[in-house]
Amino acid sequence: MAKPSKIVLDPLFNENPIALQVLGVCSALAVTTKMETAVVMSIAVTVVLMFSNAAISALRNMIPPSIRIIVQLTIIASLVIIVDQVLKAYLFEISKQMSVFVGLIITNCIVMGRAEAFAMQNNVKDSILDGIGNGLGYSLILLVVGAFREIFGSGSFFGLQLLRPTTEGGWYQTNGLMVLAPSAFILIGIFIWVLRTFKTDQVEAE
Amino acid sequence: MAFSNTYIIGFAGAVCVVCSIFVAGSAVALKDKQDLNAVVDKQTQVLKVAGLVKEGEPIKAAEVTKRFEENLVPRIVDLATGEYVEDVDAKAFDTQDAMDDPATSIDAPANDAKVQRLPKQAKVFELKNPDGGVGAIILPVQGKGLWSTLKGFVALSPDTTTIAGLTFYSHAETPGLGGEVDNPKWKALWPGRKVFDDKGEVKISVIKGQAGPVAEDPYRVDGLSGATITSRGVSHLVQFWLGKQAFGPYLEKVRSGAKK
Repeated sequence: MAKPSKIVLDPLFNENPIALQVLGVCSALAVTTKMETAVVMSIAVTVVLMFSNAAISALRNMIPPSIRIIVQLTIIASLVIIVDQVLKAYLFEISKQMSVFVGLIITNCIVMGRAEAFAMQNNVKDSILDGIGNGLGYSLILLVVGAFREIFGSGSFFGLQLLRPTTEGGWYQTNGLMVLAPSAFILIGIFIWVLRTFKTDQVEAE
Repeated sequence: MAFSNTYIIGFAGAVCVVCSIFVAGSAVALKDKQDLNAVVDKQTQVLKVAGLVKEGEPIKAAEVTKRFEENLVPRIVDLATGEYVEDVDAKAFDTQDAMDDPATSIDAPANDAKVQRLPKQAKVFELKNPDGGVGAIILPVQGKGLWSTLKGFVALSPDTTTIAGLTFYSHAETPGLGGEVDNPKWKALWPGRKVFDDKGEVKISVIKGQAGPVAEDPYRVDGLSGATITSRGVSHLVQFWLGKQAFGPYLEKVRSGAKK
């Protein structure tokens, strides 16, 4: 079996769920206009991944194969609802901004992808580590994209003003494209490009 | 390893039961906290529209409630007559509850805001001026956007002719498109716009494209790009609630009172 550190660290660069597997892209577009929402989304997805992997791995020998997908989905959906409830209770403002996207973690392909590809075959400990690792891999992209979009789109970082925008009497002309979803595509594209320049084995055969 | 049908059904049932216990447990355990958040959020929106909380100002829940109670006087208005109703506990009154209860609401007349029920009585807020007078009147508004019912508040100047602010506390429009109704820059376009034309008809509307500055183009507000239906919804809901079918009689009364 692979070493624990490898399970956690591989999904960061070597097998990044967004960059290599291209999973979970839609939420990466939606919640990355600001760092605040990107961080909360990252934590939410990591927590859901960790617990869903743990639960599904613990039940892996009991789950009848004919209904395994629906069982996985039930567990994931329950976890997402709980996370959503907690956010509404303790981080109300942010949960309002994230609106439907917390609920959409259910359909985030990373969660189900890891449940099906890893947790169903491995023990609980490794599955938890795999959940954390993939959560971090997802978070890494969200944070990088979020940082670029907030700095260039709004001139701020975590809500703190870095570049004073012209609309508030400063010099910085905010880049409107950065606030819109397509910019996340471009940034993720650049991220993948940079990543594959260094890790040439990820380049797909022509 | 083959599983029998009984096992599969039993397993599915057990998963459902366990999951629902967790989901229901978390929902029940956190309900009080969530309800409190919703109340404070609504108060924050009223304070924002009244100009007592700046956009993006960090503020604690206790401070919100304090400012709210110090500066705003809730009044109950009878929509049909436009008179204040004094024998109702204004603090405990909830306009939404009144709208939802068949006993305290009527079928709304046909309207573009797609409001189904109209409450007989509604709660408005008066902003106290430091010198004692009324600084603004804050009215609840709601109407259909694209996906959801937008619920919010409109603040009017004491003579009811000018908008002082508009904000929504609840909606589920597309983030980035219709969701831009929450954008402070867009909300900043509203203050100063005129509501009524010379004949007293509601004239303000959200247009497609850009409107001029307040001084030159007082009856129109920029539409949200990529959100035609939400923009139209906002236009309709403001027109409906400020119009004759809803708060019209009340605003009429306030105007005649203000002129005296």
